[in-house]
Amino acid sequence: MSEQQLTEPDAVDETFPSSTVIAEPVKGPDDAAESQATLSAEIKQIEAEHKAAVTAGTPAETQPRLNYPPYRSSLLRHPTKDPRHTDPETIELFSPAFGHRDIGTLESDLTIQAGGEPIGERIRVTGRVLDGNGRPVRNQLVEIWQANSAGRYIHKRDQHPAPIDPNFTGVGRTLTGDDGSYSFTTIKPGPYPWKNHHNAWRPAHIHFSLFGTEFTQRMITQMYFPSDPLFALDPIYQSITDQKARDRLVATYNHDITEHEFLMGYNWDIVLTGANRTWMEEDDDD
Amino acid sequence: MTEQTTTPDLTPTPGQTVGPFYGYALPYEHDSELVPPGSANAVRLHGVVYDGAGAVVPDAILEIWQPDETGEVPRATGSLRRNGFTFTGFGRAAVDPEGAFSFSTINPGPTEAGKAPFISVVIFARGLLNRLFTRIYLPEDTEALAADPLLSSLEPEERGRLIASREADGSLRFDIRLQGEQETPFLRFPGHED
Repeated sequence: MSEQQLTEPDAVDETFPSSTVIAEPVKGPDDAAESQATLSAEIKQIEAEHKAAVTAGTPAETQPRLNYPPYRSSLLRHPTKDPRHTDPETIELFSPAFGHRDIGTLESDLTIQAGGEPIGERIRVTGRVLDGNGRPVRNQLVEIWQANSAGRYIHKRDQHPAPIDPNFTGVGRTLTGDDGSYSFTTIKPGPYPWKNHHNAWRPAHIHFSLFGTEFTQRMITQMYFPSDPLFALDPIYQSITDQKARDRLVATYNHDITEHEFLMGYNWDIVLTGANRTWMEEDDDD
Repeated sequence: MTEQTTTPDLTPTPGQTVGPFYGYALPYEHDSELVPPGSANAVRLHGVVYDGAGAVVPDAILEIWQPDETGEVPRATGSLRRNGFTFTGFGRAAVDPEGAFSFSTINPGPTEAGKAPFISVVIFARGLLNRLFTRIYLPEDTEALAADPLLSSLEPEERGRLIASREADGSLRFDIRLQGEQETPFLRFPGHED
């Protein structure tokens, strides 16, 4: 690969530097000029190859590929060498501890953080955080962030022409309960455009940041909403090449969570990687 | 809560990229200051994150987790609202526009006698579809480093990439290269697919 080819993909930032950018025709090497059809063809081909491999006996993939060319920003940011198999040592077998000193009780309700009601569809997202052995992850930190109902983030790098909601920051934190449960009240985020390719739109999602009982379980992911028409078109969601694995990021609408004349309810359970530390009495006492 | 009537699917939930917009959500006041800068025994841990073309990565966020100077694993809460006195062992640092990160911490001790002390690290970035784990070893205890199981399993030049360099002012310097000739060795723990 030439130097030019190596540096080019990264020059295509994913965000809109000014609100005038998408009002103008997209052209030139630094703009997102590739079509959705080009991207979709690449996505389909990778998925077909994965399906064929599974049919031939390879285990289905359960995590995103780090090297997923349709997500152009991954080209220069994925390691090319296999990760080293490592037995976790003492520090890695524990996790930082968070407590009620760390988090205000209102931080799990994103609809009451400002003076007024945010605009949009009020929702609750609730579920449980489990480790790979099915044990609840208790008293651990869950952080979320998301766009507002118009698809706009309160972030200086998001300048696409959709309104900011003065009553919505889109940031929430909570601690899991003794049964591993968490619950956030928020507004359903909108889809938003990005610059991976021409007319690229992210399906609506909420970013989730999770800690387990061991640092080796630390993860960040995105939760999606059922039946989003953008799923097939989105290289970030599709970087998980197996349909069953991708489905694990999609919340379930649950009418038992929905509240009369108040909000719509979604359930989403999260499973972290298996815990390596021997189950100790201390864990039950916390 | 709804009843759990079926056996839950215990396949780990897939990760996704942290994306470009974590900047107003994940950072918090004093996030990178495990100890107040300038306090007794405070050590600066710093470096730069690079991509496969050698360009700096301006939108990465790192977390560190470490024992205290005696090798004790911290169990205290309070990382998000630091009181300036409690060592919680956890810190978070978003890189600056030049890809540089900086923590104020202390030297970790060995968690067991004879073990090489290290700081555990997790890396997130736009363009990085799942988190990466690595370790930052202290350079001093050469005997313990030679006996370390992970370091011993690496090629000599890779080994050096997991050991921080000690600068004249006592700082630890550790650069992270996501890809390329000088790629940082990243770790896979049991139960991880990637």
